[in-house]
Parts: sequence; C-alpha cells; structure tokens
Amino acid sequence: MDIKNMKNYLYWLFCQFELITCSYLMEPWEKVLFYTFNITMLFMVLYTAYIYVPIHISTAFQFCLHLFGNQHENTVSIVK
Amino acid sequence: QKNGVSNGTLYKKTFIEHFEQAPMYVAVLTFLGFGVGTIFGYLRDFMRAWGLEKRHIAAEREQQKDFVPLYQDFENFYTRNLYMRIRDNWNRPICSVPGPQFDLMERVTDDYNWTFRFTGRIIKNVINMGSYNYLGFAETDVNALKTVTIELQKYGTGICSTRQEMGTLDKHVELEKLVAKFLGVEDAMVFGMGFATNSMNIPALVGKGCLILSDELNHTSLVLGARLSGATIRIFKHNNMQSLEKLLRDAIIYGQPRSHRAWRKIIILVEGIYSMEGSIVRLPEIVSLKRKYKAYLYLDEAHSIGAVGATGRGVVEYFGMNPDDVDVLMGTFTKSFGAAGGYIAGKKDLVDFLRTHSHSAVYATSMCPPVAEQIIRAMKCLMGQDGTTQG
Repeated sequence: MDIKNMKNYLYWLFCQFELITCSYLMEPWEKVLFYTFNITMLFMVLYTAYIYVPIHISTAFQFCLHLFGNQHENTVSIVK
Repeated sequence: QKNGVSNGTLYKKTFIEHFEQAPMYVAVLTFLGFGVGTIFGYLRDFMRAWGLEKRHIAAEREQQKDFVPLYQDFENFYTRNLYMRIRDNWNRPICSVPGPQFDLMERVTDDYNWTFRFTGRIIKNVINMGSYNYLGFAETDVNALKTVTIELQKYGTGICSTRQEMGTLDKHVELEKLVAKFLGVEDAMVFGMGFATNSMNIPALVGKGCLILSDELNHTSLVLGARLSGATIRIFKHNNMQSLEKLLRDAIIYGQPRSHRAWRKIIILVEGIYSMEGSIVRLPEIVSLKRKYKAYLYLDEAHSIGAVGATGRGVVEYFGMNPDDVDVLMGTFTKSFGAAGGYIAGKKDLVDFLRTHSHSAVYATSMCPPVAEQIIRAMKCLMGQDGTTQG
C-alpha cells in the first residue's frame, strides 16, 4: 500500500519537474537534448564532488588542527 | 482598510481587500522555466533560419528582406516559440449552451499545435468554470423560454435599422422602463452590443478639453472609448484613493496642460467588479471625492449587475448607497442576464441627450426582440414580478 503511494508521489514530483523546466512542452528530440545535457552536467558535478570533497575536508581539518596545535604548544610552554 | 459607510444589509462585512503574493520559490522557478523556454526558442529559430526545419509561421518574402523587419521583436519570438507549444489549451469551440456543464468539440494536433483538426467526436459534460453565465439564465429549458419563443414568432430576429430611423420597437421601450425601475433611476437606454455601449457613448459624453481619470485596470472598451473621445486621459493606480485624490487636486490646481484653463469636465471611469482581478471598487470613497472636487462618475457594472448586492441591483446596492450618487450607470446584459447588449442609465436629461447624440443610436442596429424579451424575463424574475420567488 505504501509503495503505491510512494510511486504516485514520485511520479507527481517528476511531473512538477517537467512542468517547471518546460520539458513537458518539448518535442521528443528536444527532451532528449535537454535531459542529456542536464544528466551530463549532474554527473560531472557529482564526480568532481566525489574526487575533491574528501581532500578539501581533510586539508581544512589539518589547517584547523595546525591553528589549535600551535596554541596548545604555547600554553604548555607558559604553564611549564 | 475599512469602508467609511457601513452597509446596512446582509453584507455587514468590512471592506478588506488583499491580493496574495506568490511565494519566492515560485517566482524563481517560473523565471527558470522561461529561461529554458527562451534558450530552446533561440535554438529553434537558428534551425529555422538555416533551413534545418520547416517554417510554419508567417515570414517575409524574399523581395522584402531589405525592408523594416516585421517579425523580429520579442512579441513575435514569444508567440512563435513559447505560445505555440501551449496554445491547445485555449480557444476551443463548444457545441452546447454554456450551463454548469457543456459539450466540447474534440480537437487534436498532429504537428505540435501548428495546425488543429476536429475529429468529429464531442466530449460531453465538461465542467464549466469560465463562462459569464453567473445566474444561469442562459438555458435551453422550454418552459423558461416560453415568452421568448412567442416574441420570436411575433417579431422575427432582424431589426435591420438603427435606433433613430426605424429600429425602436415597443419592446425596447418596455425594456428601458424596466431597466430604469430595476436600478432605481429615472431613465435608461439599451444598445445592441455591450462593448459598443462603452466605446460609442464615452465619445458622446466627453470631448476635447475634458479630463478622464481612469483606473489602471479598466476594460478595453472603456480605454477605447476614452481614446476615441479625444479627451486627456490620466490613469490612477488600481483602487487607490490617494492616487485618485492627488490627480484630482492636480487637475483642479493646474488646469489644462498648456493654457492652464479650467477643465471643461472631469469624469472618473471605474468598473463595479474588475474582471481580471476580482476586486470591487471602493464606491463610497469615490463618491465622496467626486462630491468634494465636483467631478462626474461613470460606473461600468458589466460584471456586478445582477450578481452583487442583496437583491442583485449591483455595486450601488452592495454598499447601501443611492443610485443618484453615480452620474452614469452603465452595464451589460451579457453576463448575468444571459443575453447580449448594454444599457446606460441615469437622469432623464442624460439619457435624452444620448438618444440624440450617441453614435450607437445613430449608426448601429438596435437590439433584436427575442434578446430583449430574454432580458425582460430575467429581470422580472430577479424583481419577483413573475409570480415566483426564484429571484
């Protein structure tokens, strides 16, 4: 029962997407063009994210650690 | 924003008017959709220009390529590329009376809305959400149309003359008396077409040297009549009394544009209910402004007559005001009465002037008798004079 509602809801979402981006009105070859372009762009964005986001996060984390690391060493020397 | 004069009838509500603003994401996504449509429009235009696709729409001839281009502006671009894709939603012929349900002719397109063809089938019982049949008087029930059938057999359908020559029948006189009684004014005059009532009578009432103050969202018939008259037109913001008052004060202080003489006449053109917005005019405030600055008021009750007010007398009754406050009451019979034509009502002097000087009276054919009888029966039903309590 829930699967049917879910499928209807997903289909409704797809219809909204088609209406908003005017792809509901396009002829079939235009739709092919539009979807190819969109999916290619989306794929490239996701691929770039997959490669570069972990590297960016680890660099940022190391930078923060470096900042706090210096402070920690200073306080340690003063206390000592 | 409260109404100054409270309405003492069933309609004791305060006059609050607000228009919903669309949420932000809706506006952004709409522009996104238009952007995509425009990009594809450029692509299709490119393909058409380079011959990769056939041209369906009007284009200039080879010999005219050096002339001023006709089809390059944005309106034509929009029509060609965006409107053509969705135009199967509008302008569909129907084949029955526009009651609560009607019959639609089926229409398909083989080449994406460039051409249509009718398959011959009829789709029955489509729910009607767009007709002007507000009170349901446009009907085919034989019992209801008895008097109309009698008049049709007695008079026929053609008048073949203008009002001033041989086109005034006793039916017209009866109808005019009834309209005057319905509205509570001294006299009225009826015309064959609602649009023509506005566009032909405003030039008869105002001329050069007069000032017309018209609302932003007035109907085309009022705008056309105002432009044809040759008077100066100034526009105030929709239903905005501050804007109107400012224009009135400027008009009286500064007078006509170059000579600074006083205006011969100042007339305010408003509608009872605006067809596209659905907003009701602020009549008490306009009448008080009109009295203060000594201007005339022309009220177009095309949509509100028969539909608004405790007994259907229109916007004047909705606010509980006296019909003598409005100088020219105009309305049409197309909407609530299920017929065709328009009327102008007011003081007897005004209507007598229009009988002699209106362009429509001199040149246009008058209303045909069965239609007049339909209006008479609808009005009698509303006034309760036909013996039933339906009205």
